[in-house]
Amino acid sequence: MDASRAALSRTTRPTRSGNRMEPWIERAVRLAGLSAIFIVALIFIFLIRLSLPALTRIPLSAFGDLRWYPIEERFGLVSLVVGSLLVTAVAVGIAVPLGLVTAIYLGEIAPPWLGDILKPLIEILAGIPSIVLGFVGWVALAPLVQRLGAPTGLTAFTGGLILAYMALPTIISIAEDAIDAVPKSYRDGSLALGATRWQTIYRVVLPAARSGIVTAVMLGIGRAVGETMAVMMVTGNAAHVPRGTSMLFQPVRTMTATIAAEMGEVARGGTHYHVLFLIGALLFLITFAINSVAARLVGRRRTGEGGG
Amino acid sequence: MVGPEQLHSAALLGRIDVRGVSFWYPDGTRALSAVDLVLAARRINVVFGPARAGKSSLLRLLNRLQDLVPGARHTGDVLLNGVGIFGPEVDVSDLRRRVSMVFAVPTPLPGSIRANLTYGLRMAGHRDTAFLEDRVEWSLQQAALWDEVKDRLDSSAYALSGGQRQRLCLARSLALGPEVILLDNPTSGLDPLSTALVENALQVLKDQVTIVMVPHSTQQAARLADRAAFFLDGELVEAGAGAEIFLGPTDKRTEDYVTGRFG
Repeated sequence: MDASRAALSRTTRPTRSGNRMEPWIERAVRLAGLSAIFIVALIFIFLIRLSLPALTRIPLSAFGDLRWYPIEERFGLVSLVVGSLLVTAVAVGIAVPLGLVTAIYLGEIAPPWLGDILKPLIEILAGIPSIVLGFVGWVALAPLVQRLGAPTGLTAFTGGLILAYMALPTIISIAEDAIDAVPKSYRDGSLALGATRWQTIYRVVLPAARSGIVTAVMLGIGRAVGETMAVMMVTGNAAHVPRGTSMLFQPVRTMTATIAAEMGEVARGGTHYHVLFLIGALLFLITFAINSVAARLVGRRRTGEGGG
Repeated sequence: MVGPEQLHSAALLGRIDVRGVSFWYPDGTRALSAVDLVLAARRINVVFGPARAGKSSLLRLLNRLQDLVPGARHTGDVLLNGVGIFGPEVDVSDLRRRVSMVFAVPTPLPGSIRANLTYGLRMAGHRDTAFLEDRVEWSLQQAALWDEVKDRLDSSAYALSGGQRQRLCLARSLALGPEVILLDNPTSGLDPLSTALVENALQVLKDQVTIVMVPHSTQQAARLADRAAFFLDGELVEAGAGAEIFLGPTDKRTEDYVTGRFG
């Protein structure tokens, strides 16, 4: 090594302490990352291991039973799955359109000062504990729903309303972020071609923000599917299969509520116990499926955009 | 809406009169002060000067894109073919189709090349496929892009190179059959070859459309200008035929700038 090179390497070499710490920091970061993956894998294995006995002890067809009556060894999952689907469908049907329109209003139409007030308020809504919302639903919403003509106020519809309310802040704030991130040059380009404001929003801004909007909707749905306490309080908690045109206005029980309500009183290791874990695994599969669909929708967009 | 056929015949369309225009941004900065300027029909009108001279502000005023800046205001008037563009009866969308704009950073809209070209026409309510197809080919040929993209009109506009994107944005504006095209530094990010392609396209286009252009450099301004206007700090210093401004400017400040003594 010649003199000038030696001088160079001396000045660019990291300080001694930095040099010695480097491998340890790297190891710590790697450990943190791997342990997260490890824990997720453990939970997954745990869930599978505890739900497998249910599958071996009960024939698969028994899960198709319309009745959920564990004391008589009747483990029909239909009523629970239908309950969850109904409540989620109502929530999504209300929260997605309302959330997206609100996000468009905040991002594109509202004057900046109003947005500055409304956005933090909406984000505070996301922080309200679900049990409090359940309370509100029980005391305020349920009587309203009953006045609409339902036999009881505690119905799938009431649960859906509460869930919609819970999913809204998530959907609004993530969708608004996505709309906000669309470059101004897109809007300028569209408007300079004679498009109106609404045409620009609908044809340029929303398509450009699509991946963020899909994420917002999926996180909102994910929250709705997995929510327990508030739903348990306002859906009436009756494990029967709702039928007919008024099915939204009948009491139901969701998968999550079933686990929460019954876990405390089952015999450890009994069939009922393992079936509850099976329901948990089923929920896991549903959320996994939702996330996969979302990832695919987002991913397809990215590749379509090329070097954008 | 003027069709491509009419573009060739209508001899007088595309003149802009800027009358005593001043413009303020919402923070109170005055970007233009009492500007009087005629932008000649069917010519390349170059608007040049150092940074913060008010060139872009002027261009964005001519098709009312400044309407989108909340709190900005202006005085004076702008006439297109003798008619004020700020009048209550003016349809802003229609104005922006007649006075179209190409920006410094070419930003294709999300979607295919074809979708980019038909976007403005569709938003104006045109649905006839044959007409739209005609316009796609015509405008791409005008912008000297047809040969490069004719086999992949349905692929993403983001697959194009920077120079191609800029010509796409030019074609996108031309597809509307405008009377005036505003170009705000359209060759800023382009290599010399792409720049030459865009400049050649403009030289051909000026027979049909009024071109108002903020140039990338004084050299480009001198190369292209039929008419030139020199701006400094929001003021119009001097305007006239290109040769006059670049070879024998009357104002000392113009001379200093053109000969490279400052800016």
